[in-house]
Amino acid sequence: MRKPIYLDYSATTPVDPRVAQVMCRYLTMEGDFGNPASRSHAFGWEAEKAVERARADVAALIHADPKEIVWTSGATESDNLALKGVARFYQNKGRHIVTVKTEHKAILDTTRQLEREGFEVTYLDPEPDGLLDLDKLAAALRPDTILVSVMHVNNEIGVIQDLAAISRIVKPRGIIFHTDAAQSAGKIPIDVNALGVDLLSLSAHKVYGPKGIGALYVRRKPRVRLEAQMHGGGHERGMRSGTLATHQIVGMGEAFRLAHEEMEAEATRLKALRARLLEGLSDIEEVYVNGDLERRIPGNLNISFNFVEGESLIMALKELAVSSGSACTSASLEPSYVLRALGRNDELAHSSIRFTMGRFTTAEDVEYTIRLLHDKIGRLRELSPLWEMYKDGVDLNSVQWAAH
Amino acid sequence: MAYGNKVLDHYENPRNVGSFDKADPSIGTGMVGAPACGDVMKLQIRVNDDGVIEEARFKTYGCGSAIASSSLLTEWVKGKTLEQAGNIKNTDIAEELALPPVKIHCSVLAEDAIKAAIADYRKKSGKDESVDAA
Repeated sequence: MRKPIYLDYSATTPVDPRVAQVMCRYLTMEGDFGNPASRSHAFGWEAEKAVERARADVAALIHADPKEIVWTSGATESDNLALKGVARFYQNKGRHIVTVKTEHKAILDTTRQLEREGFEVTYLDPEPDGLLDLDKLAAALRPDTILVSVMHVNNEIGVIQDLAAISRIVKPRGIIFHTDAAQSAGKIPIDVNALGVDLLSLSAHKVYGPKGIGALYVRRKPRVRLEAQMHGGGHERGMRSGTLATHQIVGMGEAFRLAHEEMEAEATRLKALRARLLEGLSDIEEVYVNGDLERRIPGNLNISFNFVEGESLIMALKELAVSSGSACTSASLEPSYVLRALGRNDELAHSSIRFTMGRFTTAEDVEYTIRLLHDKIGRLRELSPLWEMYKDGVDLNSVQWAAH
Repeated sequence: MAYGNKVLDHYENPRNVGSFDKADPSIGTGMVGAPACGDVMKLQIRVNDDGVIEEARFKTYGCGSAIASSSLLTEWVKGKTLEQAGNIKNTDIAEELALPPVKIHCSVLAEDAIKAAIADYRKKSGKDESVDAA
């Protein structure tokens, strides 16, 4: 078994060797290295052909028309282009935007910027299971609302929002609907028409493709307009200028094609691994699953081990590559804003570990993880004054803590 | 977080983990921090009649630096008088463990813990600070 065991597939994935192999054909003199925008010779034509093939593969995974795919540098850029592009184009129609507190920072930091530019943003609280209450969404919409952005799958807890139901509330009011699908693409079926979305952000590196490439789906019927954020040559129908990164694009196309082919079987396999992991940990006391367990992508398990601090647990689990909602693992020293938005108390947020399994995770990896956790949780709880108090029957909420 | 060897050593092999009986008059207990902030330290000292710390125990909920800071502190206070132990500065702990800047608060918490344990002992034994200092 190779160690550390990688269980952080929601952070990024390794490039599938089949993808890497294809990418290599678009770099060197012997390969198709041409500029896809060169119309005057075969080098350009071949590169363009490869780019368009990839565009069709990406479109196929989300049941879109290839003409609706705009290449970007990744989901962060796609989110920026979607939000800023819509806000600036439609600002004469209205200046109100609705999103959710558990969105990725690529959304939240962008809406903060739009607020500085004079837009008004409503941040909805999710329910304790991580999902959006549709009545609260409907109540937040106003005549001047121009855009609603709700992520498809949350990156920390893996819960799946009901986009189709959200769309049925948003679309009849003529509001544009964007979703960040970085964490759902390739993991669960996506049909842009069934979901009723106008804009959808994609990333390659979460789907066994390379980093540095992504796409934005932009609906053509009815047409959604965007103000470009990047100018210089009018590539991608003027929405995103810049020479196309052929090898990256080809990598994303191949990654999405493979994901499309293998998604169903892979989802079944990952669900079984997750069920085993949860079952293996269920005999540990004071363990809490964060977020709804049913409406969740197959490979995600986010758990709080009460009375054990996340960073020290990660140090103890050095043979595992996992992430934590603990403050100490973030630059901000704040515990996970996602878990706090669910109403989890700070202690449980500090004690959370996110396990995300993927294409190269084996049953053996999961068994090892279960054994390791039993060992380390026990050791850290022996060190924990909170565990001692809990065992002595002290109600920790009744203690007057000296907050610092 | 990339830690230095001293933090890792204390984290892997914490010294003096455990608890004394809080009710024992020779024991001083300091509990500082808050679960919501991500760290809680419990430090206990056993003090002899000459005012010297004979033994110390700790339990810490917190990151690696918090565990290492409290573990180191239990080693340092052993054999010291209450006054000497009360003079341990957080900067000494941070320097010894080579804590990164974002972890300095862990050493501050450790300093608070020993001060709280000393105050608790003095309160229980009826010796307030001014008497002891004189």
